[in-house]
Parts: sequence; C-alpha cells; structure tokens
Amino acid sequence: MARPVRFNIKEKDTSDWGINIVDAPAGHMGEGFFATSMDKVVGLARKNSIWPLPFATSCCGIEFMATMGSHYDLARFGSERVGFSPRQCDLLMVMGTIAKKMGPVVKQVYLQMAEPRWVLAVGACASSGGIFDTYSVLQGIDQVVPVDVYVPGCPPRPEAILDGFMKIQDLVHNESLRRRNSDKYKALLESYGIQ
Amino acid sequence: MSLTNDIIKTRLVEKFGEHITDWSEPFGMLTMTVDRDMNLKILSFLYDDNDLKFQFLTDLTAVHYPNRKGEELAVVYHLHNLEDNIRIRVKIFTSTDQPDVYTATGLFAAANWMEREAYDFFGVNFLGHPDLKRILNVDEMDYFPMRKEFPLEDQTRTDKDDDMFGR
Repeated sequence: MARPVRFNIKEKDTSDWGINIVDAPAGHMGEGFFATSMDKVVGLARKNSIWPLPFATSCCGIEFMATMGSHYDLARFGSERVGFSPRQCDLLMVMGTIAKKMGPVVKQVYLQMAEPRWVLAVGACASSGGIFDTYSVLQGIDQVVPVDVYVPGCPPRPEAILDGFMKIQDLVHNESLRRRNSDKYKALLESYGIQ
Repeated sequence: MSLTNDIIKTRLVEKFGEHITDWSEPFGMLTMTVDRDMNLKILSFLYDDNDLKFQFLTDLTAVHYPNRKGEELAVVYHLHNLEDNIRIRVKIFTSTDQPDVYTATGLFAAANWMEREAYDFFGVNFLGHPDLKRILNVDEMDYFPMRKEFPLEDQTRTDKDDDMFGR
C-alpha cells in the first residue's frame, strides 16, 4: 500500500498573493471548441512569451541583471529564457552606451533577428547618447535601428525597466498580424537602410 | 647594493650623456627627456643591462602640448624594474609636422596596441610598427581626437541647444 502523504496537505488560500493569470480573450465557447479572432490569440501568446536578447553594454546591464534576479523578476512576464542568439529572440534590449564603433554591430544583430522583432532602448545612453556627448559615442541607437520603446534613466530602476517591458508587451498584444508587411513599416526600414 | 635613482642616472649619463636632458624626480619617480631618435637605443640599454633590467613596459602614451612649438607631441614610456621595484619615465618630444618615432614593438610586445592607441588619438607615426591602424575609434575618422584643437562634443548633433549646453 502507498505511504500516505504527510506534508503540504492543507489547501492554500492564494487569493491575496497577487497572482495574476492571463484571461482568455473574448470569444465564443462551445463543446470542445473555442472561437475567437486570430490576432487576439496570437497577440496574447506572443506577449506573454517574449524571449529577450540582452545587449547589455554598461551600467544599465547591471540594472538588467537585477531585473532578472528574483526580487524584480523578469521571468514572471514570460521572459524566463533570455537568449544571446539573435536568431532565436524577439526583443532586442539595448542597455548601455553604444560607441560609434559598435553601431554597425548593433545593426548586424538587429538584421539577424527574425520578424516580428521589437527593440527596447534602456537607459539614457542607448536612447540619446546620455551624458556622453562626445566624438566616440553614438547619440542614440535610433540612428542605426528602429526603436519601439525608450526607457529613460541613468540607470533606470528595475521597476522602470519592467515598465518599459510592459509597454513592449502592450505593443506586442495590439499589433496587427499584417503590420510587418505594410508599406508604412517597409518605409520605416528603408529609412534605416534595411531591406 | 640595491638599485637607486642615482645609480640609474649615473649609468645613463656615462653612456648617453648629451642625449638625455631635463632630469627630474616628481614623487620619487626618475623622469628624463630623451632625443627623439635615440629612444630605441636608450630603451634597449635599459632593457639589456644587467643592473638596470627595466624589462616591463607599464605604459606608453602621448601628450599634446600645443604651446611648445616644434615639439608639440610627447611620447611617454613608463618602465618598471620588477626585481628591484623601481619605475622610471622616459619622454621624447616630436613636432606635429613630422611626428615620426621609432617603434618599441621589437623590444616590448605590449607596445603594439599602446602605440596604436597613441596613433589613433594623437597621430604619432611609429616607424616600423607591424600594424599601425586605428584601434578604438571608427576607421573612417580623419582627425586625431585627443589633440587640443579638436572639440569633445559630437558636432553632428542637431537637437542640443548650444546656449544651454555651453558649446
């Protein structure tokens, strides 16, 4: 006969733990099927499973390390797996000062990512060059890649990085499925010299 | 008898007398100015001599003195004797019209990248360097940023208000 369970047998009341589960989108439910619109489902799935590529260069990278730690956990947003290969990632998080010599490298990493891809510029240096208004620092990565969300701060607190990440999640959730093929998006990439 | 600054100075003066000028000892570190064309001979003497043995190149850098006409660029070598724990500084001066200096890469392998940096930022041309090209700046840059005539700020910036930022 199996040994009876002795531990963890009391029912836990998790109502005030602040656990949020994502709700299903609005749709028609029936016996064994659920009908909703495709972009809602895709948006929901993509938004809660973004795989970021942390392009951490300087101090903002340290703040990102804190964000990935257990206190400010980024993993609870679905980004458990950060990858360092652009082929496998959705979100390019550029954190830190980018020198002019590094600009083409950031662009190359961006080009290697597959659509749909988003870019998050974390910190003052990635957004606009920060306090380093010099001959060697690229004054904002939007000179080489199109950026979706900018997180200001020097460095931004982990809460601010999470807030920027949540804004990216909003963008991902509400993006139309045909956006990447639209003329406006193509014109945007043309302006950066990306085919 | 352990090595002291006086012994180093005597040895150098008896061998190279008139080529070394401007001796000083700021903070106890013996400093000398050497003729530009004698730099390798003096560095190799300091390297090979059995008592002096300055076989570690700590730093190789350049300085721009715009007010010294004819001698604007200084190349400074910091050498270290690891056995007796003595450091010395050797300076050479050259002009910006003809900033040619013999390379120390034959003697110290560390001089390779340090001379590339001195070239990148000051334009000092090291004769005989195996691979003299820019190391930290973009390759297309056509000026030498650390010379005093060039501004620190990025000149292509259009959105900063000059009055507020004091340019």
